[in-house]
Amino acid sequence: MDIVTPGQVAARGRSRRHRRSPGTARIGEALLWLGPALILILGVVIYPAITLVATSFNRYSIIGLRLGPAGFQNYLNFLTSPDLGQVVWNTVVWVALVVALTILISLALAQFLSKEFFGRRFVRWAVIVPWASALVISSQLFRLMFDYYHGIINQLLTSVGIIHTPIDWLGDSRYIMPSMIAVGVFVSIPFTAYLFVAGLNAIPTDVYEAARIDGSSAWSTYRLITLPLLRPAILIGVVLNMIYVFNSFPINWILNGSNPGFGNDTLITYMYKLAFKSAQHDVGESAAAGIFNVLIILIAVGIYLRFVNWRQGDKA
Amino acid sequence: MTAIRITSRPLRGWKRARRWVLPLAGFVVIIVFIAPYLVMLLDALRPAGEVLSVPPTLFPKTWTPAAFAQVVTDPAFDNWLKTSLIVAISSTIIVILVAIPAAYFTARFTFRGRVAFLGLIVVTQMFAPTSLVVGIYREFYDLGLINTYGALILTDAAFNIAFGLWILQGFFAAIPKEIEEAASIDGSGRFGTMIRIMLPLTLPGVVTAVTFTFIAAWNEYVVALTLIQDDALKPLTVGISAYVTAYQQNWSQMFAASLIAIVPVVILFALIEKHLIGGMTAGAVK
Repeated sequence: MDIVTPGQVAARGRSRRHRRSPGTARIGEALLWLGPALILILGVVIYPAITLVATSFNRYSIIGLRLGPAGFQNYLNFLTSPDLGQVVWNTVVWVALVVALTILISLALAQFLSKEFFGRRFVRWAVIVPWASALVISSQLFRLMFDYYHGIINQLLTSVGIIHTPIDWLGDSRYIMPSMIAVGVFVSIPFTAYLFVAGLNAIPTDVYEAARIDGSSAWSTYRLITLPLLRPAILIGVVLNMIYVFNSFPINWILNGSNPGFGNDTLITYMYKLAFKSAQHDVGESAAAGIFNVLIILIAVGIYLRFVNWRQGDKA
Repeated sequence: MTAIRITSRPLRGWKRARRWVLPLAGFVVIIVFIAPYLVMLLDALRPAGEVLSVPPTLFPKTWTPAAFAQVVTDPAFDNWLKTSLIVAISSTIIVILVAIPAAYFTARFTFRGRVAFLGLIVVTQMFAPTSLVVGIYREFYDLGLINTYGALILTDAAFNIAFGLWILQGFFAAIPKEIEEAASIDGSGRFGTMIRIMLPLTLPGVVTAVTFTFIAAWNEYVVALTLIQDDALKPLTVGISAYVTAYQQNWSQMFAASLIAIVPVVILFALIEKHLIGGMTAGAVK
C-alpha cells in the first residue's frame, strides 16, 4: 500500500521534469522533526488501542477496578449476547442505507453545484451548515423536530395531508431507524457533495466539448464520461463514509436516547452502553466489542475495495 | 457547421431558461439545508414554555430574545464555553506545533520509515476516537486524568494531527526547491529556513489547518462525554444537554446556546471551504 499526498504528487511531477531526486535524510534527524507528532500519536492513539486489547482480556468490577484475567470470556459473553443479532442487523441497515443514499444524493447535488449560476456561492455556504455544526447539536435539534407532540415534522405532514395522525418517529420501532437514517444522510451529504464537486472540477472540459460535437446526449455523456472519471472520488467517498457512518455516535445516542434496551442500537452505541450505561457497566465486554468493531470496519472496507477492484480501476 | 447549429438550437432555449431555473433550484437547496437550523433559531426566540405548545407553530407567537439573555448570564453556560475555548485553542496550538515540522520534513525528505510514519497517520483517521473510546477511558482513568482539560486537549490534538499534516504537506511541497536552496546558501539552518522562508509561504495552509482543528475540537462529543463527569468542566457539546432532561425542558435555552456554539464555527468553515477537500482526502490510500 502506498500513501499518496498532494505534496508527493507535486514532488513527483517536479522530479520527473528536473531529474532531481528528493533529499534523503538520516532516521535520527527524521525522529527529531517527527518526534513530537509521533509521541502524541503513540501516547493517545496507539496506547489506548493496546489498552483496549488488554482490557478485553480482563475482568472489571462495576466501578472499573481490575479483578483479574478473563481469557476469552469477554469475547464469549459479547458474541453469545442475545442482543447481538439485532444490533448487527441495525448496523448493516444503518451503514448500507446512509452510505448509499448519501452517495446518490451527493452525486446529483455535486452536478448542480458545479454549474455556474447566480447565487451559487450562497448555495455552497448553506450546504456547509450541517457539516460545520456539531453533530450532537444537530441531533438534539432533530430530536425535537421528530417529537410526537411538539415536533414540527408531524405538524407539517398532517397539515399538508401526507399523514392523518401524528407518527411517533422516535418511539415506534418501525420509524426510529428510518428517522435516524434520514438525519445521517442529511449530515453526511455536505462533505460527500464537496468531495464530488472537487472530482468534477478535475475533469478536463475538452472531454465534454468532444462529446458534445459527437452529439452525445446529456445522460450518455454523464454515464459514459462523467461517472467513469469520477470513479476515484466515488471510491474515496464510499470508504470514508463507511468509516464515518459506522463510527457515528451522537445521532443514535440522542435520537434513541429515551428508548430502553438495545433494540435500536448500532455496534458503536451498543459498545458504549455496555461500558457506561448498562446495569453491569462491563468495561471488559465493552472492550471486546470495541475490538470486534475495529475488525468489522477493516473487513468491510477491505471487502468493498476488493469488490470494486480499487487498484485496477486506479490504473485504468 | 449545420449539424452543430441544429444541436445548439434546443440548447439556446435551455440557456435562456437556466438563467432563472438554476438560481431557483439553488434557493430550494438553500432552504433544505438550513431549514432545520431556522427552526432552531425560531425556537430560540420563543418564551421558555412556548416550544412545547400543542400543536407546535413554525413562528413564535411571542418573539423574545430572553433565552439568549438567560444563557449568556448562566454561570453553567460560561463554564462550558470556557472549557470549549480552552480545549479547542490548546489542542489547535499543539497540532500546529507538532504538524508543521512533521509536514515540512515529510514533504522535503525521504528517509527510512517515512511510509510507516504516513501509514500511522492514516491509522489515526481510521480509528476514530469513538471506536477506541473504552481504551482512551481506561488510559486516562489509570493516569488519574478523568475530569481534566488535559485529557481532552491531548485526545483532540492526537486525532487531528492527520488533517493538519496533510494540508501543510501539500503547501510545503508546492514551494519551489530553489527558494529553499537560496536560503541555505545564505547560511540558514534547516529549522531557520523552515521558519523564516517556508512558513510565511504556507500561511494559507496554516490558516486552514488551524481553523479545521479548532472546529473539530470545538465539536467533539464522545470523548468529552466519557472523560468529563464534573458538570463545571464539560464543554458546550456535552453541557447543553442539561437544558433538556427528564426534569426540565428548556428547549429555547438549549437552542440559544447551540446557536452561540455553531454560528461562529459555520462562518469559519465557510472561509476555508476551498481547501477542505484537499486536506481531508490527501491521505486516501491508493
